[in-house]
Amino acid sequence: MNPLPSTATAEPDARTAEPALAVEHLSVDVHTASGTVRAVHDVSFSVHKGRTLALLGESGCGKSMTALSIVGLLEPVAEVVGGSVKAGGTDVLTLSRRARRKLAGPVLSIVFQDALAALNPVQPVGRQLGEPFRIHHGLSRREAREKAIELMRIVGIPEPRARARSYPHQFSGGMRQRLLIAMAVALAPDVLLADEPTTALDVTVQAQIMRLLRDLRAERDMAVVLITHDLAVVAEHADDVVIMYAGNVVETGPVREVFAKPRHPYTKGLLDSVPERAEKGKPLPAVGGSPPELSAVPPGCVFQARCPLARERCADERPRLTATGPARAAACHFSEELTSV
Amino acid sequence: MTTFLRKRIVSSAIPLVVVVLGVFILARLTGNPVDLYLPLSATAEQRAAFSAEHGFDQPILVQLWDYLGQVVQLDFGESLRTGQPAAEMVLEAFPATLQLAAVTMLIAIVGAVLIGSLAAYRPNSLADRTSSFLSMTAASIPDFWFAIMGVLVFGVSLGILPTSGVTGGPEVWVLPIATLLIRPFGVLVQVVRGSMVAALSAPYVKVARGKGASEKRVVFGHALRNATMPVLTVAGDLTIGLVNGAVVVETIFGWPGIGKLMIDSILQRDFAVLQAAVLLTAVTIFLLNILIDVCYALLDARVRQAVPA
Repeated sequence: MNPLPSTATAEPDARTAEPALAVEHLSVDVHTASGTVRAVHDVSFSVHKGRTLALLGESGCGKSMTALSIVGLLEPVAEVVGGSVKAGGTDVLTLSRRARRKLAGPVLSIVFQDALAALNPVQPVGRQLGEPFRIHHGLSRREAREKAIELMRIVGIPEPRARARSYPHQFSGGMRQRLLIAMAVALAPDVLLADEPTTALDVTVQAQIMRLLRDLRAERDMAVVLITHDLAVVAEHADDVVIMYAGNVVETGPVREVFAKPRHPYTKGLLDSVPERAEKGKPLPAVGGSPPELSAVPPGCVFQARCPLARERCADERPRLTATGPARAAACHFSEELTSV
Repeated sequence: MTTFLRKRIVSSAIPLVVVVLGVFILARLTGNPVDLYLPLSATAEQRAAFSAEHGFDQPILVQLWDYLGQVVQLDFGESLRTGQPAAEMVLEAFPATLQLAAVTMLIAIVGAVLIGSLAAYRPNSLADRTSSFLSMTAASIPDFWFAIMGVLVFGVSLGILPTSGVTGGPEVWVLPIATLLIRPFGVLVQVVRGSMVAALSAPYVKVARGKGASEKRVVFGHALRNATMPVLTVAGDLTIGLVNGAVVVETIFGWPGIGKLMIDSILQRDFAVLQAAVLLTAVTIFLLNILIDVCYALLDARVRQAVPA
């Protein structure tokens, strides 16, 4: 057997090796004026180098909160109350702030959604892109600048040497997102989290950015966690998917299988509401209702109020995430019934 | 940048002219210098001669026209009191005021940035609430009251600080600077705190933390520069207030600056000196405003480019 180059997204041995990121039973509370709510509840997933895992869900489902807990950037009102986040074998949640800072960049890195706000408006972009090298490698300003220019070239900014002196507002939205990605991958992190990296961009630019992320993933052998609400982006760019609803994981598995045969009514509802799949001339199906307030999540299944399959058991007993096939799991008492639908 | 400067200079020139006209007319409302400079027993001829010598017998518009004609030739007239050229007297007094204002603002800005940033770093902490309370108090104390209390306590009762004058060691600076400092310092702490709270919650600060930046780097490298704009605006205004408002402090402490000179000139109806002093103050304020705008442009590229060519 020929050894594959490391850049290939080799599926077979990825399963056996230690995952680049393993989140286990993560729970996050948010303290508000009107009490404490559980924003993320018992979330587990793992991702290997060279693969992309999508965290999929609607606004407020806890996907961004999960990402921020992993990189340690939660607001002071939010607090991790349980679980572990293992990166490179160590549980980062147990580390001191100082030790965690050392991992921010070389091990765990994050790209945010709004690139204009995420770049410092009063610093030239070259300086911001060079900053990881100054912080972690102790490079001089001049050396860091050269690194920054190289990064700009890699992510496809034309005339990087001249543009390094420009300020964020002098770039287009797509270019700014490229800069933000360049900054996040500067130190070739093991895990790159991308929080809605293309939401603010138009469709053509979106495709370019996703392609860039994919190329960088292969080239730098990173594990990518893609946080999104866009089913099409997940279908096209992710290997595995974790679907979240009201702070809970409702279904997880390889994207292709989950999308072909959803085993949770929420997943099915989402997929049915994609226009391409709908029947012409009929109203577009949608998941009726809206997610529960986090302060009033029902004791049973979190999805019961909107679920077509809901019955008595769902009101009393919260379904556990249980295996529905190899590498797949769903949190539904009646997931069996969906196979026949 | 030159377009930017040119525009600012043109737009500031009009207020300058208005100030010159205003002072000229207001000064003459204080009364006729003749009454002050000649003895009560002076004859009508003597009074007429005095008026004619200094041009006070002319209609006010003619006086104004003559004055403007002199000003454009940089001739500001002579003091009625001393016969010295007014420009000379004003320029002699000005450095004392500038020194006072510069030292005060330096202390106020450095102190306010440190304390305001500290307060903003942990909003609602004990440090934040303490500094908010104290700075609010400082900003509310009237300076003349503070000056008088300072003189009373440290000068008269304790006898450890001089009550007025500029002769002596560094202790002569303490009370005048403390008096001038208290309000700008209080105001600036509040402004720094407010803009730092906003800057520290901006997404780019989160990104900087995500890069592994130390807290020192986050606060001073990323947030502070963004918080500088409002601070600069207020600090600029306060500096102008100091140059302007040194009148009270200089009078109380006998500080030989331009504020004291102005008061003396008004009391003596020494129009030429008063006009020169006000004009110099106005020009200083005008230059300060331009300096502030230049600072804006240097600090933020968005301001630089916002000015249409």
